[in-house]
Amino acid sequence: MVSKAIVVQNQVGLHARPATFFIQKSNEFKSSIWVEKDERRVNAKSLLGVLSLGITKGTEITIIADGSDEKDAIDALENLVETNFSE
Amino acid sequence: MNILVKLGTIIAEHKLEIVYAPDGYEDIPITVADVNRPSLQIAGFFDYFDPARIQILGKVEHTYLEQMSSQDRTEKLEKLFEQPIPALIITREMEVFPELLECAQKHQRPLLRTASSTSRFMSGLILALNVWLAPMTTMHGVLVEVYGEGILLIGESGVGKSETAMELVKRGHRLVADDAVEIKRVSSKTLVGSSPEIIRHFIELRGIGIIDVKRIFGMGAVKDTENIDLIINLEAWQSGKHYDRLGLDSHSMEVLGLKIPSLTIPVKPGRNLAIIVEVAAMNLRQRRMGYNAAEELNRRLMEQMGE
Repeated sequence: MVSKAIVVQNQVGLHARPATFFIQKSNEFKSSIWVEKDERRVNAKSLLGVLSLGITKGTEITIIADGSDEKDAIDALENLVETNFSE
Repeated sequence: MNILVKLGTIIAEHKLEIVYAPDGYEDIPITVADVNRPSLQIAGFFDYFDPARIQILGKVEHTYLEQMSSQDRTEKLEKLFEQPIPALIITREMEVFPELLECAQKHQRPLLRTASSTSRFMSGLILALNVWLAPMTTMHGVLVEVYGEGILLIGESGVGKSETAMELVKRGHRLVADDAVEIKRVSSKTLVGSSPEIIRHFIELRGIGIIDVKRIFGMGAVKDTENIDLIINLEAWQSGKHYDRLGLDSHSMEVLGLKIPSLTIPVKPGRNLAIIVEVAAMNLRQRRMGYNAAEELNRRLMEQMGE
């Protein structure tokens, strides 16, 4: 199991469209992946789950992955968040 | 998560009269669901005293204080108010001793009052505190109410939880939460699930997108909260795996320390999951009422063999 804390930096936060990119990316991996905000943890492969966190600009989230490709999953998702979801 | 409820919420919910309140009293955090009647503390005994509890002053304490001299009263109350208590509530709309008000003001502790009798008020407050301060978790799944039973559908992404929920709604049942279910342990027996505010009554269907269930199917198709009576784990059918054929054994899953009855249902194209979930709900209720079909079948079998 690996985890990584990241601060979301894109202008409007994780609204519907960037969230879609995020969950699509998560779904490319076999590992179980979660997103945590203020100790509320949701499945990173579920759109409504991720949206329910209401992640705004400047929010710190933790991505947690567990499985055979956990390392790659975390790197890919971190990259996605850091490139501001290719806005 | 640090679970707490603000004093302001309690005052509003229980319609408490504010006798005295310091600045910022609304935000005073209440972190324990227990309350205390400070009789022993007024008498001077402070061992095992938990100052985080709301203090409730009833008829007994009032009468005890009444027969004291003003000086004694101040002295006894001073000791109580020196403790970092979140608030003191007077019941039965009893008169507020001037010494009590002085101590509250001096130590900046909220002094509140209610018209209810002590026991009635205490039981209502403890009940409400237990719900507010209940341990909570978020689970990935769908919560539906089927024939009055709260059913939590869990399983991998893409196994068909939302599609099953949609069909159940179409068949006249209710959606509580899709994708993320917030679960609270409100008592030693009960789990209650609800949806996070932002996504309440929305459902995601692959190929269509986000659906507003309340708009499309109406008020009768949704519910805000529901007890969790059964957990159904949907999983892709694995040939060779043994699934329950009889239903003689009962299985359960632990959530927040409570054992909830559970079933594993294999998913295969052509299996109508909504009907299976309906049957599971009715079967669960029948079992709870004391009838187990598998046991009944076995009984008949034994009877015939014994002849």
